[in-house]
Amino acid sequence: MSDALAAVTLGGLTKRFDDVTAVDHVDLEIADGEFFALLGPSGCGKTTTLRMIAGLEFPTEGSLQIFGDEVGTLPPNKRPVNTVFQSYALFPHMSVLQNVAFGLRMQKVSKPEAMGRAQEAIGLVRMDSMENRRPDQLSGGQQQRVALARALVNSPKVLLLDEPLGALDLKLRQEMQRELKTLQREVGITFVFVTHDQAEALTMSDRIGVMNEGELLQVGTPEEIYERPVNRFVADFIGQTNLLDGTVEATGTVCLSNGARVGVDTEGVAVGGAVAISVRPERATLHGRGGAPPGRPSVDGRLEQITYLGNALVFTVALDWMSLDVRVENQADLDVREIGSEVSVSWDADAASVVQE
Amino acid sequence: MSAGPARPRGTTRVALTANAVLVYVFFFAPIAILAVFSFSDDRLVGRWGGFTTSWYGDFWADELLKDSMWMSVRVAVLSTFVSVILGTMAALALERFRWKTQRFFDAVLYLPIIIPDVTMAVMMLLFFTWGFDITNDVFGTEFSKGFGTITLSHIAFNISFVSIVVRARLAGMSLELEEAARDLYATRWKTFRHVTLPQITPGIAGGALLALTLSLDDVVITQFVSGPGATTLPVRVFSMIRKGITPVINAVSVVMLVASLVLVALSLLIQRLRGGSITG
Repeated sequence: MSDALAAVTLGGLTKRFDDVTAVDHVDLEIADGEFFALLGPSGCGKTTTLRMIAGLEFPTEGSLQIFGDEVGTLPPNKRPVNTVFQSYALFPHMSVLQNVAFGLRMQKVSKPEAMGRAQEAIGLVRMDSMENRRPDQLSGGQQQRVALARALVNSPKVLLLDEPLGALDLKLRQEMQRELKTLQREVGITFVFVTHDQAEALTMSDRIGVMNEGELLQVGTPEEIYERPVNRFVADFIGQTNLLDGTVEATGTVCLSNGARVGVDTEGVAVGGAVAISVRPERATLHGRGGAPPGRPSVDGRLEQITYLGNALVFTVALDWMSLDVRVENQADLDVREIGSEVSVSWDADAASVVQE
Repeated sequence: MSAGPARPRGTTRVALTANAVLVYVFFFAPIAILAVFSFSDDRLVGRWGGFTTSWYGDFWADELLKDSMWMSVRVAVLSTFVSVILGTMAALALERFRWKTQRFFDAVLYLPIIIPDVTMAVMMLLFFTWGFDITNDVFGTEFSKGFGTITLSHIAFNISFVSIVVRARLAGMSLELEEAARDLYATRWKTFRHVTLPQITPGIAGGALLALTLSLDDVVITQFVSGPGATTLPVRVFSMIRKGITPVINAVSVVMLVASLVLVALSLLIQRLRGGSITG
């Protein structure tokens, strides 16, 4: 990544509103052609970061480069990026065609050429024959497509998307997720995508940056983020997980709150450090008491609850100091235990990860 | 059966109907009487003496009345034009920018609406008299009250009304639209020209209509700032009434009424046309 010029480079990027720090010294490189998601809960600074790249907010400090050019102080109309807004922000007094051609017309592209290219972009998002409609005559999904076409027609170097699927219902959202991904591969433009939906980020992105309280906590592929979260927040925010508190007793051994010792990779954490072991419910296995294979880390508990999800079942096991979820796919030979029975839960040593606060 | 307002029945229905009739009679009877007697061939207002249009002829032949009418039109058009521009600019500044003394400017903008007409009239009179005394003494100018002072006064109170109406429209418009335009390579000016202005045009049209009507209607302030001989139609009518009501006044009133109705009809028509082009 370092040999090619990055599409977006943020260096110590900071935004303060009065005394609130919305974005706090964010360093990030987004590669050319990448589908990058900025993920975090609302108010984490992801949208402010995106708006700074777009030029709709100006950084308090730090650098912001697009393909090597410093753009931090340029107004939005001077930046080679385009945005798909959360509410789509289609101009209500213009037709679909006029909306899509707007950016080209503002760049002084001749009318016939602008109209031709707009028509092409409308075709790209499969909205042909709708070009004379007004935005208020379109459904949410259609408006979304027009907003995409309106941004893409300008061939931006980077396309910014601010929670573009947030307003759509579940079925349509899943359909648009696939389409966006396909579209991104077709046009080859770098997409920077803001979302609070971790499933969406995992499905769509090449890499994810997880943010909380203005800080960029972790950047990595969906696998890295999911399998090796750097801290408790990331582990908890991405998917479901069980966090077992303990302290590092010796390298490779963690003593849990109840005194049980389990083996886990403790690289990067000093002996004596307070940690939590993150065990994903689908990577844990339920056994009868004492039935865990030797060598696998395990804890003992009592089966408290069974939740039926259709495609899977979740067994909630009460330990002395917390409860732990085990997820089992709904299979024919499912071994259902009785609520209240004494059980053990084990997991693959390398499926668990140690996280700090 | 669809939900929504219920159809009144029994005594409710009778009471509501009676109420409606009373209200509308109260509204429209004076207008009807005014219009009818403007065509009555009798010097005494209120006595029917056969049909005639001679009072309208008298109005047209009366140079003073005609001058006043043109003065009214000129003042209304010019003060509306200027106050629409200044009022819209004030609305844009207050809605789209933030600065330290904003609340002060915000409050001050509403003063002309809050201040009683008579107070405003005396203020204006003092201001012009005192100001003209100074400039005429020091610079030898020959300013006097008349068209200019009336127009300036009307602009002064119209700015407030225009900016209120335009601000309401601006507040209802999503900021994201302007951001989208900026993102799509529009400069600030082009954003205003191609996105903001079309969005607030109904507000500007509404504000202009309000300004036009307020200017045409104003008596109190105009009376204080008009010069000898040169004044607007309502003020002229007001001074004529002191000498006794004549059917000519009826005719003048009917003309003013028709002019107002035409203005309202025009604004409705413009809105209808715009609405049609948006959905068609």
